[in-house]
Amino acid sequence: MITSTQSLTQLSTKFGPYGGQFIPEVLMPAVAELEQAYLEAQADASFQAEFARLLREYVGRPTPLTFAAHLSDELGGARIYLKREDLAHTGAHKINNALGQALLAKRMGKRRVVAETGAGQHGVATATVAALLGLECVVYMGSVDMARQQPNVQRMHLLGAEVRPVESGSRTLKDAVNEAIRDWVTNVSHTHYLLGSALGPHPYPTMVRDFQAVIGLEARAQILEQAGRLPDACIACVGGGSNAIGLFHAFRDDPGVRLIGVEAGGEGLESGRHASRFSDPKRGRPGVLHGTYTWVLQDEDGQVAETHSISAGLDYAAVGPEHAFLRDQGRAEYTTADDRSALRAFQYLARSEGILAALESSHAVAEAIRLAPQLSADDILLVNLSGRGDKDLETILKALGKEEM
Amino acid sequence: MTISEASTVLTGSGIQRISRAFQQAREAGYAALMPYFTLGYPDAPTSLEVIEAMAEAGADLIELGVPFSDPLADGPTIQHSTHMALEKGMSVRACLELTAELRRRGVRQPFLLMGYVNPILAYGVERYVADAARSGADGLIVPDLPPEEAETLEAACRDHGLALVYLVSPTSPPERVALVAGRTGGFLYLVSLTGVTGARSELPPGLADFIARVRQVACTPLAVGFGISTPEQARLVGQLADGVIVGSALIEAAGRDGHPAQAAADFIRALKQALHSGG
Repeated sequence: MITSTQSLTQLSTKFGPYGGQFIPEVLMPAVAELEQAYLEAQADASFQAEFARLLREYVGRPTPLTFAAHLSDELGGARIYLKREDLAHTGAHKINNALGQALLAKRMGKRRVVAETGAGQHGVATATVAALLGLECVVYMGSVDMARQQPNVQRMHLLGAEVRPVESGSRTLKDAVNEAIRDWVTNVSHTHYLLGSALGPHPYPTMVRDFQAVIGLEARAQILEQAGRLPDACIACVGGGSNAIGLFHAFRDDPGVRLIGVEAGGEGLESGRHASRFSDPKRGRPGVLHGTYTWVLQDEDGQVAETHSISAGLDYAAVGPEHAFLRDQGRAEYTTADDRSALRAFQYLARSEGILAALESSHAVAEAIRLAPQLSADDILLVNLSGRGDKDLETILKALGKEEM
Repeated sequence: MTISEASTVLTGSGIQRISRAFQQAREAGYAALMPYFTLGYPDAPTSLEVIEAMAEAGADLIELGVPFSDPLADGPTIQHSTHMALEKGMSVRACLELTAELRRRGVRQPFLLMGYVNPILAYGVERYVADAARSGADGLIVPDLPPEEAETLEAACRDHGLALVYLVSPTSPPERVALVAGRTGGFLYLVSLTGVTGARSELPPGLADFIARVRQVACTPLAVGFGISTPEQARLVGQLADGVIVGSALIEAAGRDGHPAQAAADFIRALKQALHSGG
């Protein structure tokens, strides 16, 4: 919807009707500067080489693609492959984007980064790259999340970051984003907002996708090598949706590959306590949250809804705008897995393959477990195991304890 | 159900009424005073009393805050006020009803509805503008809607004679200031600093330069807001700009003792007096 106003941007800011830049005027020059820096960095071979080197030597890429033989056998259907982002440094895919943006921040001459975090994974990734690259780092985290993710709070402290508790609103991820944006508005001259998902105003959704696209690029080459052909479906969990878009992007022009995103079903759609933007006909509809036009869980008055998921990383009211577009296009499909199925999937994967997956990723595993028996041994499912579950042990043990009682 | 019509006879379109308010202030030799107050804070009846009292005490235009769950351009004071208003069940529709009620009570100053974009989208852009006009509002301020994203809302405002007021900030480069100034309705809102709303002890350095820079390219009235907290600060800004916007400091003043309307009126009178002494 570029109009007669002089456009500050060079790339399209939208994915169909979604995306855009719904932000205070103070930030308009900042996102234009960011886009400019990003475009220059993309075209700069030395930047790309440095990014690739750090992904290889620091993050530990490429991450493996693991054939889940026992899981596939027991389910008796499709063959399931796991893209092992849980083996990346700091234990999740978040580091790919954090590293890319931190390099960009340095390139722009910003000496300070701010970030939001829910479960703490993006906060830890940001604190890590800030330590590596010598940037001052402030992480905003809802006080409710701080209480339930203490180990990650300690990690961030040890990495030299300042963690600022957010006491406004529901005191969770949504409010941490508000507070990070307020900090950015205030300190924009020397601060970069290191946003953790494919969300927010342009260029974030495009830029974050591109920094995460390494997941799909690797996975596509690996499955061709290990299985001799493309998968029938790629499956990933979708909070903001950066691990999903990072996986999907390399497969978008492979029409035979279904792209399946899994949202958090929480305590069930009927309960109202979930984070399924696409599956709640009453409260899920397009709107604006945190600078982007996309599907948002909201009440009829346009007030953003409180969400719930057992996994903090999926507990967010809006979804990345490109997912909304892929869904409209019919290119990707979106389903849900509830807290219970995610827990079951976590246990199943732990016992059959010896992998403790993050609760977020367990939602994708749950969908694979549901789908695999309907398919044949000729079919292949590629699941993005976006992170590891160590951070979730307390939550999981508590939830399992409750079930036994 | 439609929003009840404002019964006070207001002449001219919203844009005309806003222009007239600035013109009258200029002719009198003062900058216009534009206080902000959150509709529904601390509850609906009290917010009406406060706004009426501000009008009687000499406000030239009034910004009416429409609460949103995620007010990312606002500091703690306005966040708290909008949160409280929502807790009390405030809605967009209720805000428009309160606006109409203020008109019924005879408040004649131009009203600017200040609220974020998502509740407007949820209400329906066309319907929101039509109902805002019917309720007696004269203009809209939408802090998370830069001109790039505002085409539909701008067209609807044009149809209904409402002013869609855009904002510029100290970070806006000159060519952008010129373009935003060319598209704004009624006046241009200068965000005094890079930051969120909220009372501050000092005016930002460079404010005079910023206002002068905007003045060179804009032919609309310039109103300055964010961080203006004291009569003395208002006086200084009033020497440079055509309008002075005070929000958080007023909400804090109104909440300080048990008589919000009285406290707000006293604060408006003090601001007004300072503006008049500033010459």
